[in-house]
Amino acid sequence: VLNVEKIRRDFPVLDRKVHGKQLVYFDNAATSQKPKIVIESLRKYYEYYNSNIHRSVHTLAEEATEAHELVRDKVASFIKAGDRKSIVFTRNTTESINLIANSWGGSKLKRGDKILLTVMEHHSNIVPWQLLAKKMGLKIDYLPITQAGYLDISEGGRLEDDLLKSRLNGVKLLGIGHASNVVGTINPVYEICKIAKEMGVTTVVDAAQSVPHMPVDVSKMDCDFLAFSAHKMLGPTGVGVLYAKPELLEEMPPFLGGGEMISEVHLTGSKWNDIPLKFEAGTSNIADVIAFGVAIDYLKNIRMEVVRNHEVDLTRYALEVLLEMKDVNLYGPLKSEHRAGLVAFNLAKVHPHDLASYLDQEGIAIRSGQHCAQPLHEWFSVQASSRASFYIYNTKQEIDLFAAALQKARRFFAA
Amino acid sequence: MSSDMYKEIILDYYRNPRNKGKLEDADVTEKDSNPLCGDVVQIQLKFRDNKVKDVKFEGEGCAISQASASMLTEIVMGKEIEEVSKLSKEDVLEALGRPNLGPVRIKCALLPLKVMKMGVYSFLGQNGKQPDD
Repeated sequence: VLNVEKIRRDFPVLDRKVHGKQLVYFDNAATSQKPKIVIESLRKYYEYYNSNIHRSVHTLAEEATEAHELVRDKVASFIKAGDRKSIVFTRNTTESINLIANSWGGSKLKRGDKILLTVMEHHSNIVPWQLLAKKMGLKIDYLPITQAGYLDISEGGRLEDDLLKSRLNGVKLLGIGHASNVVGTINPVYEICKIAKEMGVTTVVDAAQSVPHMPVDVSKMDCDFLAFSAHKMLGPTGVGVLYAKPELLEEMPPFLGGGEMISEVHLTGSKWNDIPLKFEAGTSNIADVIAFGVAIDYLKNIRMEVVRNHEVDLTRYALEVLLEMKDVNLYGPLKSEHRAGLVAFNLAKVHPHDLASYLDQEGIAIRSGQHCAQPLHEWFSVQASSRASFYIYNTKQEIDLFAAALQKARRFFAA
Repeated sequence: MSSDMYKEIILDYYRNPRNKGKLEDADVTEKDSNPLCGDVVQIQLKFRDNKVKDVKFEGEGCAISQASASMLTEIVMGKEIEEVSKLSKEDVLEALGRPNLGPVRIKCALLPLKVMKMGVYSFLGQNGKQPDD
C-alpha cells in the first residue's frame, strides 16, 4: 500500500494555497507535479556538471554524457525494452509520433495505403497521420467506440478477435492509445498488437496515459512503436520517449538533420550515426533527461503495480461519488479496473469552463474543454467536458473536497 | 466563493438571457466559436437608417461567453453602425463588471464582440461602405 502522506511531503507544490485554499491537484493527465529530488537534480546538473554530451572529452562532459546515457538504460528497463538502442529521446509524445509518421510513414507507406486509428485518440495521434495522409495520398479509418466508452472491438473489455481482424484487413499501420485521456478506457493493446503482428500491420501505441500510471511491458506487448512523455510521470517538461524496435530504426531515414545524428559529414553528403543517436539531432535536453531518470527511480521505488492499485482505488471512489450525485453525466467504462485514473464528466447545466473556474476558486485544479480529443467529444455529441485525473499523491479526502465543491457549483450556477 | 470572476451581473444575464433567439428578417447573420472550449455565438442584426434596429443572439457555452453576448446585444440596440464598429474590448469588460478573467477565459468574454464586429463589417461590405477607421 502506498504511503501517501510520506509521498506528499516530497512534492513542494502540494503545500501551496490557491485562492486561500489548500491546492487539490486533479490535472495529472495534463501534467504531473514534480518531487523535490527531480527539481534538485536539475539544479545539481546546472551547478555542478553542465556541459554538452557526446562531444567533448573533459570531465564535465564525460559526467554529463554518462548521466544522460544512463537514463536511456533506465527507460529501457522501465518499459522492459530489451535493447537500449530502441529508446530515442524526443521532446514529447507528440514529437515521437511525428517522428514515426515522417520517418517510418514517409519511407514505408505508398499512395492509397490505409492507416487505422481510433475515435478516442488524442490529437497527437491523429494530426500527424492526417498531415502524412494529405502529403502521400493515404486513407485513414477510425475504429468506432461504443456508448460505454469501449472500442467496439473490445466492448466490456473483451477483445473480439474476428472483428478486429476484419477491421485490420488491408491496413498498413494501426495507431492506438493504450489509455484514453478522456474516457479513461484501457485498450487491450497487448492482444491487439499480437493480432496486428500476425496480419503484418505495423503498430504505434500512444502510451502517454499508461506508462506513467501502470506497468507497461513492450517485450510482451510486441508493438513496433510506443510513445510517452516524461512530464506526465514526475519528470520535467521537454522530454519524450520513442520506443521502437531496433530493426525498424535501422531502416528508417533520419527525422531531423544536424549535429549528433551523423557519423561523417562532407560537403558532398553525410553518413548517419548509429541508432538511436541517428534520431537525436542537435544538443539534447540534457538536464531534463537526467532529471527524468530521477523520476523513473522514484516511481520504480514505489513500484508501478502499487501506483496502479492506488489509482484504481481512487477512481473507484470518484466514480461512486459522482454516480450518487444529481445531474452528473459520466463518460467511459464504469469499472475502475478498465480505466486509467481519471474521470471525465459533465455537471448538467454548468459549462465545464465555468465549473473549472469555480473549482479553481476552491483551490481545486481540474481540466475543462475537449482535452485535445475533439473527435471523441463530437462522437458523443458533447461540446466539452470536465476531467479530474489522479496520481500517487492524491487522496480520497481530496475527492470529498472535490465532490463538495461540485455540489456548491451546481447550486451557484442553477437558474 | 469569491465572485471575482462571476460577478452577479454575469450570472444574471447567463440565467436570464436578454435578446436570445432568432431574427426572421436579419440583414446579417454571423457565427463563430472558440475552439478551445467550444463556446458558440451567433449574432443576427437588422439595420435601419444606419442604426441597429434589432439584434438577437443564440449560442451555447460558458456563463462568461453567453452573458457577454446577451449584454452586447443590449449595448448595440439602437446604436449607430459607426458606434458599434468602434466598440472595444474595454467596453465589453466594463459592461461585464470588470471580472477578474485570466488569459484563457478572456477569450470567452470577447468572442461575442468579435462576432458582432463581423456582422457590422459584413453589412458595411454588402453596402459598399467602409467604417472610418
